Amino acid sequence: MTSPLLELKQISVSFEGFLALRDLNLVLNQGDLRAVIGPNGAGKTTFLDVITGKVAPTKGDVIFKEKSLIGQKEFRIARKGIGRKFQSPRIFENLSVQENLALAVSRPKTPLSLLMNSLKVKHLDQIQHLMSIVNLQSKANIRAGALSHGQKQWLEIAMLVGQDPDLLLVDEPVAGLTDEETDLTADLLKSLAGDHTVLVIDHDMEFIRRLDCPVSVLHQGHVLKEGSMSDIQKDPLVIEVYLGKTDEEEQ
Amino acid sequence: MSIFSTKKSWINLTIWVLLIALIIAAPSVLPVFRLNLLGRYLSLAIVALGVDLIWGFTGMLSLGQGIFFALGGYCAAMFLQLNSAGEFPNGIPEFFGLYGVEKLPFFWEPFKSSIFTLISIWLIPAIIAGLLGYLVFRNRIKGVYFSILTQAALLVFFNFFNGQQKLINGTNGLKTDVTQLFGQMVGSEIMQRWFFWISAVLVILAWFFARWIVRDRFGNILIGIRDDEARVRFTGYNPVIFKTIIFSIAGGLAGISGALYTVQSGIVSPQFMTVPFSIEMVVWVAVGGRGTLLGAILGAVLINYAKSLVSEALPASWMFIQGGLFILVVTALPEGVLGWIRKDGPKKLLFLLGINKKLETYPSLEVNEQGEVKS
Ligand SMILES: Nc1ncnc2c1ncn2[C@@H]1O[C@H](COP(=O)(O)OP(=O)(O)OP(=O)(O)O)[C@@H](O)[C@H]1O
Ligand SMILES: [Mg+2]
Repeated sequence: MTSPLLELKQISVSFEGFLALRDLNLVLNQGDLRAVIGPNGAGKTTFLDVITGKVAPTKGDVIFKEKSLIGQKEFRIARKGIGRKFQSPRIFENLSVQENLALAVSRPKTPLSLLMNSLKVKHLDQIQHLMSIVNLQSKANIRAGALSHGQKQWLEIAMLVGQDPDLLLVDEPVAGLTDEETDLTADLLKSLAGDHTVLVIDHDMEFIRRLDCPVSVLHQGHVLKEGSMSDIQKDPLVIEVYLGKTDEEEQ
Repeated sequence: MSIFSTKKSWINLTIWVLLIALIIAAPSVLPVFRLNLLGRYLSLAIVALGVDLIWGFTGMLSLGQGIFFALGGYCAAMFLQLNSAGEFPNGIPEFFGLYGVEKLPFFWEPFKSSIFTLISIWLIPAIIAGLLGYLVFRNRIKGVYFSILTQAALLVFFNFFNGQQKLINGTNGLKTDVTQLFGQMVGSEIMQRWFFWISAVLVILAWFFARWIVRDRFGNILIGIRDDEARVRFTGYNPVIFKTIIFSIAGGLAGISGALYTVQSGIVSPQFMTVPFSIEMVVWVAVGGRGTLLGAILGAVLINYAKSLVSEALPASWMFIQGGLFILVVTALPEGVLGWIRKDGPKKLLFLLGINKKLETYPSLEVNEQGEVKS
């Protein structure tokens, strides 16, 4: 068997004594699609922060393509092939859709190359392709800040894909989307898995169900349970700490 | 910044035509005293372009551009002083005699060379800005902390230069107007006319240069850093390098600006590194329009021209007027005058005043459509 793409080993993160992550372990193989759910404050975003180098873990190791990521700068981790979508859409609002994507697909990402070379034809094609995936061709020259919330989410996902990462970390991609948009997003993420490894965080059970993939439940900084959605839903512990509560909250 | 609507290019074109007409007409219509003032203000527009690059585009408010401005000025002045030191005792500039210095300090030596001087005018400020910037940016110092830090650096440089009588004549500064260049007195009318032309040409070149920098993806990364630096990082770019480069470029532009200003005002002194002057540079850009480049030029030239006119008429009132202007712009025209014009400000104002009957919206729709069609 080949070694996993990403492996989190005994990760702990302490914010001034408060343990946001406790001995977290997680393994992702090439091409996996994985969902992570958990109540608010479970540490979901924090664990993406650890992988992407934003937060240094107090303890433990992150192995990506057989090398440790600990202590690496964010942009280096991104260049190694990890793309991240933030919880609220973060795109460059004052640039057009096309310009946003151009920054994502540009390579090499050095000042000199940006200044001296114009975008390669292959990258221009890639931008067109990305816009067609997320249905933004007609908005190519629109300021990204003027897009609807859902379109912003999609633009950010398209930017991730444009970085051509091996691993996509997607934090709450359907927050604030309509049902129809949610379904389209689920299909989009499913189609990306295989070529990429995709990790999706969300609260929306309908959406997770539609992803139809293994689920990890995070609770108080720890993986409570891993399994298929139907296994998870039957688990009494999970129901107690999470599912039951969410249903109430949703009322 | 590729969304260059037709309307925007018309406004730019109009301003350019006016500016170039002014530059061409000025030497024949203005008395040399006024021409010299205009030349100085054109040179100040170059430092303003740098401020726009780092603040308007990249979001870093530097209150220390006076450092680099003064460094450029000192480089030029040291060369000019050496160039005309032949007749003085020991063959070194006259002021050294006041402090009993008989040997030229070592760092003056290379300024005997005109080529070294021409390069050092922009390269020394650029290197110092780059080093300072790198240290600051690497430690992720931003926002208000960055502004305070640049101001603190300014004070350090000011005090240092102020105290070094034996090296650079301390608080008295270095005079250039009585020095010689090409067998002419630098302060003479013919030389001042030349410096006006050089300033005018260099402003235009500096604009092209700045425009080239922000025109495409490099400029978009700067805007990205301003709006969401973390996103830039997670997209795989190292913001530290970009910020260092642009800060260094702004430093280089400040140096050129300072050198031109020095030869046209006749002296460089630590006064170039006072706190208010560096803040004024920011005010020019804010009033002209942040992130517009052309606005920085307009702001620098117009505000300074207004300053000289007002100061002649009512000497004490300029500070109040400038302060008032700044507050007005920040509150009423947050995008500066040029940003306001580009966003149909004048039309809306006429409408509010009841002069224009109805707000025509369809022309801007037309522009949008064109913007969409054109890629
Ligand atoms: N920089 C920080 N300093 C201190 N505490 C933090 C910091 N970042 C996160 N936390 C805390 O860590 C815990 C986990 O936060 P995290 O954002 O990872 O939760 P989450 O699972 O993403 O929640 P949500 O569903 O609300 O997005 C929370 O209690 C949060 O308050
Ligand atoms: Mg979160």
